[in-house]
Amino acid sequence: MKFYGVFDVLGPVMIGPSSSHTAGAARLGKIAGKIAGCGFKRVDFLLHGSFAETYKGHGTDRALVAGVLGMEPYDERLRSSLEIAKNLNIEINFIPTDLGDEHPNTVKIIFYKEDNKKITVMGSSIGGGNILITEVDGEKVEFTGEYPTIIAKYMDRKGMIAEISGKILDEGINIANMKVTRNQNRIVTAIIELDVQVTEETLEEIKQIKDMITVASINPI
Amino acid sequence: MYSNGEELIALANTQNKKIYEIVIDYEADRTGKTKEEIVGNMRSVLNVMIDSAEKGLNEEVNSISGLIGGNAKKVQDYLNENSNLSGYVINKAMARALSVSEVNASMGRIVAAPTAGSSGILPSVVITAAEVLNKDKDDMVNALFTASGIGQIISKNATVSGAEGGCQAECGSAAAMAAAAVVEMAGGTPEQALHAAAICIQNILGLVCDPVAGLVEAPCYLRNSSGAVNALTSADLALAGVRSIIPFDEVVDAMYRVGKALPFELRETALGGIAATPTGIKLKNKIFGE
Repeated sequence: MKFYGVFDVLGPVMIGPSSSHTAGAARLGKIAGKIAGCGFKRVDFLLHGSFAETYKGHGTDRALVAGVLGMEPYDERLRSSLEIAKNLNIEINFIPTDLGDEHPNTVKIIFYKEDNKKITVMGSSIGGGNILITEVDGEKVEFTGEYPTIIAKYMDRKGMIAEISGKILDEGINIANMKVTRNQNRIVTAIIELDVQVTEETLEEIKQIKDMITVASINPI
Repeated sequence: MYSNGEELIALANTQNKKIYEIVIDYEADRTGKTKEEIVGNMRSVLNVMIDSAEKGLNEEVNSISGLIGGNAKKVQDYLNENSNLSGYVINKAMARALSVSEVNASMGRIVAAPTAGSSGILPSVVITAAEVLNKDKDDMVNALFTASGIGQIISKNATVSGAEGGCQAECGSAAAMAAAAVVEMAGGTPEQALHAAAICIQNILGLVCDPVAGLVEAPCYLRNSSGAVNALTSADLALAGVRSIIPFDEVVDAMYRVGKALPFELRETALGGIAATPTGIKLKNKIFGE
């Protein structure tokens, strides 16, 4: 388990009523929305454990939607996020379910994009507004959104990691953590946590690397 | 660097520093920020706490569901108008704890300390103790760093989440943090601060998390009030020289084990305890129209 900073313990400054169910949910939604990118027309929230049991009362539903719309946990518009989504013509569904042996506050978020692509992000609200993203499009991952993070998906081939990290090094930025997983279709998901956010230009260069499928970038929230 | 209470005390003693100084040093080291910057951030946190602790004393703050509200003002009025049993300090702390809880349940702005459900305990205890001890905002900011150090250790070695460890982990951790903070503010040693925190958690070991209708309102707000009292009395015990027989770190470990042993129904699911009483179920159905 990581070591919590002073303002992880005394914080976040947030809209009530629950750090796990409201602030944590807003952060989960925000990171998931960043991974999905803009242009989604429908979002399904599969709610597990305590999320499934108590989401209405804790405003978890409003917080998750506020998050995917890009709001911060202290944004006072959080209370009216469901109405805001409706006005944007985004269909929202909440589906209590059993996701198996997961943390009690877990949600699987499925984005349906305008180009008919489907993006799935799963994460847990692990207490005090802190979160952990555990799965992206079915691949196991593990990151907190605390660092600037790059999520790169690409077809496996030799030298990919060197090419990506080379672009990051060209900007003089240090890699804090890195995790790489490969599925049976030889598609790799690389989670790269950085000390400092890379520029848009570097991000664009990474996207242009041969065999790259998608690249998402997340700022700490 | 400290990963448990024993290490925190050792650092404080070898460097002849207070817990808050060790915590600020480590935060500066960890983040690369200046101490001034870190202290400034904590001052903003304190200001949000003060606002939420005062709001409900002067006006009725009602929750979104309508389940709770107006009780902070009731206790404040009672304090002004009547003789009371437990005295100014206890009543004032209870009123302030209720105020923050009510602001939270109204979807207002609060500081999670360490969680939103337990957000009333630390502000009420620190503000009230500072008032009694004639301490200023700088002292209160320092107390918040002490509290945070205790919260870091509990988060690292156990949990502060009601869904994971029950209300003992949520309001219990907040009370332990508050107790340690005010012991130091009152001039106690780092050892005494940790004895207060240990006593505090022992007092409510096993406390279930059973919010009526799944809302962080009842019995949560009353447990913020009792948590504040638990913190103040545990602090007084420690300052009087009472020691926790079991060391703080072992108490934190016991709390974690008890939390894991609690059935699912008693960890914030609203399926057991007070939430599952006939009245609790009736209120849930009324609020959600089922």
